[in-house]
Amino acid sequence: MAAERESSLSTVVLPHLDAAYNLARWIMGGAEDAEDVVQEAMVRAITYFPSFRGGNARAWLLQIVRNTAYSALRAKRGAPLVPLADEVGDGEDPGTELVDPADDPEVALIRARDRRRVDALLERLPLGLRETLVMRELEGLSYREIAEITDVPIGTVMSRLWRARRWLAGAVEGETK
Amino acid sequence: MSPEHCDKVLLLQAEFDGELDAAAAAEIAEHRALCPICRASWAELRRVREAVRETASYHSAPASLRAAVTARLAAAAAEPGLRRLVRWWREALSGVAGAALAAAILLALWPSGRQGLVEAIVDDHVRALQPGHLVDVASSNRHTVKPWFAGRLDFAPPVKDLAAEGYPLLGGRLDYLGGRAVAALAYVHGGHRIDLFVWPQAGGEEAPQTAERHGYNIVHWRQDGMALWAVSDLEPDLLRAFVRDWRAPSK
Repeated sequence: MAAERESSLSTVVLPHLDAAYNLARWIMGGAEDAEDVVQEAMVRAITYFPSFRGGNARAWLLQIVRNTAYSALRAKRGAPLVPLADEVGDGEDPGTELVDPADDPEVALIRARDRRRVDALLERLPLGLRETLVMRELEGLSYREIAEITDVPIGTVMSRLWRARRWLAGAVEGETK
Repeated sequence: MSPEHCDKVLLLQAEFDGELDAAAAAEIAEHRALCPICRASWAELRRVREAVRETASYHSAPASLRAAVTARLAAAAAEPGLRRLVRWWREALSGVAGAALAAAILLALWPSGRQGLVEAIVDDHVRALQPGHLVDVASSNRHTVKPWFAGRLDFAPPVKDLAAEGYPLLGGRLDYLGGRAVAALAYVHGGHRIDLFVWPQAGGEEAPQTAERHGYNIVHWRQDGMALWAVSDLEPDLLRAFVRDWRAPSK
């Protein structure tokens, strides 16, 4: 009985392990932290699996991974729980948190085809914008899935994506011309 | 970043992401043909997508991690804890589901700050269930547990002995929730662990409220200047009974 459930847990988890690690890596930054987060997320997935009602396995797993990563970040920073949502840039005014790329000398050096540079650009995005963009562009998730995983309304997903893309567009444009 | 702005850009972006139905897509295509800002924005979206998809790193799981996860999932099959959870789930499906659903709806109505807290509390409880993590001070005697917290916390948590009511105290530990150190008291009832998180909170009394998260039940209330959160895989009625006994004046 348990073996039957376990094998289906493997079926649910293993196909999305790359997605899980990629998201953890983009949230945490380092490879070692990302591996720890995925391992810890697996413990939670095993525990929570009985309440998994079927359906979107990838979104279910990524939500656990994201929560685990946020817990790890909290533990690292010793920061309070609630303000984390604000830290990631929920404010409507993008100007308060993102430097215009044109005014940022480091960003001006970006080469669009330079992997390290594009990675560095993504890393400069506030966490909330970065994770949203990674889920849309690197994982191909829908607005609805991202909204579910990040626990925000779809409108917030749309505005975060827009702000992330506008900022990156400015940065990439800065060097191609 | 260009200063021009068109209020249709989020719709344009939704079309770019394939999120619009045919009618809305046709409408925005028509608009795009006429709006230079949206045409420029479209080109910008394409440029960013190309840079991110073709150039940014996609971090695939390392082989060692994949092996470790595969092994962990296999090991989980042998754990009695999982079997217990599976049984709980089967039972829940057959009867308690209605109550759990009602609790989940209540949870959805709680302020969003609390939902993050609920998530953190369940996380802490689950972590404490891992071998060796349950308590920092193991004692069924409240006269041992209460002094242990002194000096480790800036408040004196109420520690109650409910062995006579059927909830022996297992001990206490320090936890970190909502940006502060809190007391966690561990009780047991019929093989089920109950964690009770306690910290001071200004404001009035609050009657117990029930919620459910990931198959765990949570009861929250406030009394005597303390916020209290009980979490367990006990069924909601049994957890509420624990809270009732805990709230009853000490004998």
